Amino acid sequence: MAQRYEPPKQSGVGQLVDSVLLMVFVFGSLMFSLFYENILGFLGMGADEADAAAAAGEVTWDSLGQNEVMQAQWEKLGYGVDEAAVLINDRFDYTIDPVALVVTAIVIIGYFVFLFRASDKEYREVLREKFDN
Amino acid sequence: MSEQTATAPAERINLLKVLGPVHVWALGVGIVLVGEYMGWNFSVGKGGAYGSLIACWFIGLLYTCVAMIDSEVTSTVAAAGGQYAQAKHIVGPLMAFNVGLYLVLAYTMLEAADALVVGDLLAIVAGQFGHPDLDPKPFVVLTIASLAWLNYRGVFMTLTVNFIITAVAFIALVVMFFWTQPWNPGAVLLHEKLLTDLPYGWIGVIAALQFGMWYYLGIEGTCQAAEEVRSAGRSIPLGTMSGMITLLIAATITWYMAAGLLPWEYLGQAGVPMYDAAQMTGSPTLMVLLFIGTIFSAIASANGCINDASRSWFSMGRDRYLPIWFAAVHPRYRTPYRAIIFLIPVAVAFGFTGLLDQVITFSILSGLLGYTFMSLNMMKFRKSWPLDSIKRGYVHPFHPLPALSLLILCGATYFATFLGYGASLLAIMGFYIIASVWFHFHRYKYVRRADQFTMPWPKPQGY
Repeated sequence: MAQRYEPPKQSGVGQLVDSVLLMVFVFGSLMFSLFYENILGFLGMGADEADAAAAAGEVTWDSLGQNEVMQAQWEKLGYGVDEAAVLINDRFDYTIDPVALVVTAIVIIGYFVFLFRASDKEYREVLREKFDN
Repeated sequence: MSEQTATAPAERINLLKVLGPVHVWALGVGIVLVGEYMGWNFSVGKGGAYGSLIACWFIGLLYTCVAMIDSEVTSTVAAAGGQYAQAKHIVGPLMAFNVGLYLVLAYTMLEAADALVVGDLLAIVAGQFGHPDLDPKPFVVLTIASLAWLNYRGVFMTLTVNFIITAVAFIALVVMFFWTQPWNPGAVLLHEKLLTDLPYGWIGVIAALQFGMWYYLGIEGTCQAAEEVRSAGRSIPLGTMSGMITLLIAATITWYMAAGLLPWEYLGQAGVPMYDAAQMTGSPTLMVLLFIGTIFSAIASANGCINDASRSWFSMGRDRYLPIWFAAVHPRYRTPYRAIIFLIPVAVAFGFTGLLDQVITFSILSGLLGYTFMSLNMMKFRKSWPLDSIKRGYVHPFHPLPALSLLILCGATYFATFLGYGASLLAIMGFYIIASVWFHFHRYKYVRRADQFTMPWPKPQGY
């Protein structure tokens, strides 16, 4: 027969610290991605390209690839050709960095492998206590 | 805060069983319908208008698999926390802790984004009426606080309100669809002149899968009502599948109208695209209707998110995965009131970080991790308890096809997120890894082992 596990008591302060710590992890990861975006330029949104295109001058609806109907819709939305150029030239860059892709895949797969293995160990304890008693 | 042992199981007050299929539909569709009013259109930015439509269909298939799997498992594991309770019984505590976090963070961040939509739309309309300096922040706080109060007072009224405002928001889309005369191309809708080829080719279509999730993100929230419905075996499958049909209709007509009224480069970056689309028709009545629809859909979504996030937080507290202080049920209203109150400032803080992109991506990825779990969980569920070994409320057909399809589509969507949001993906994975290590090596010691398995089932096969 398995021995029943009796968890320790947790103080009020301990409960508060655990709740706050979890929130610190969440906000930390949000801030990290912002830091990474701004500092390392890892993301694909080409803000610089948009700025460069807008700054190049001589922008026309034709040069932006807009037909008459598209032009009319932009103008109904209150956009002139220069304002529209910023949105139209703001494109994603889908060049794939193989190293980053492999690292990301390893992180996701590794995470699930760890989850299932560690969970299985804990699950066996649960079943032992539940069914062997 | 009380000591961990202060709340004895004998004092436990249960949640009320008052909900029917209509409430389950309202919960699922209510959370999601805001995705038709805004958010889905970012998939147009990633892959063009046709790319977004293809993403809509493929992600629709993903969610059909989710709804099928959910209907079977939830109608069998009828407990608050939905997928969290499933993970606890089928995979183990660490997985359950992670699933609980997916749910809380996906819903709380979606709630923050919903409240921001309400504030931003009010600011836009105020600007159109000559008040360009309206600060949206007080409206964001007011929205979250009012809905939290509604949730605090009782689940029946909360979801009844959700049913009404969700229905109005859905009807607004349908009215606009007929108003734009889809049977008369070129009269209002200008697809022939506005639609272009795929701007990024087929890789853009794959990239569009990421925001294509917004067409349906949150439908799995129907499971959170499992402990509060009168008949889980009937209400959950009926509410979830009818909700999925509603969303497939809404997603298709939404894409059709927006793609026929707005240039794709604008549509791909618009904050409130359906309100913009209504403006393009030149009809003030339609503008008012879509204004109401957008506000109602955002409120319904935030309302459902508060309901679901608090149930998950409450369930984790009840199992001591989080401090047990959160496991209290209000003695009069029978709601998880401490969990509801705790998550108010958290949602407001998410909304005010100024990191809306990251907040939305965090919400989407948390959902995606949950769907990956569901596909693996379904296979383990059928293996551990084959059909006829336990009583199931509903048995979904074609197993394991839905689970395998779901796993493949999840893999494609991770890749889609990598295209353009690689840093966010790694940062979010980093969070879940750190949280898992923290739980396994620290928090788990406070968890009572045998209490994690409460279903009256035999021991799973293979153990």
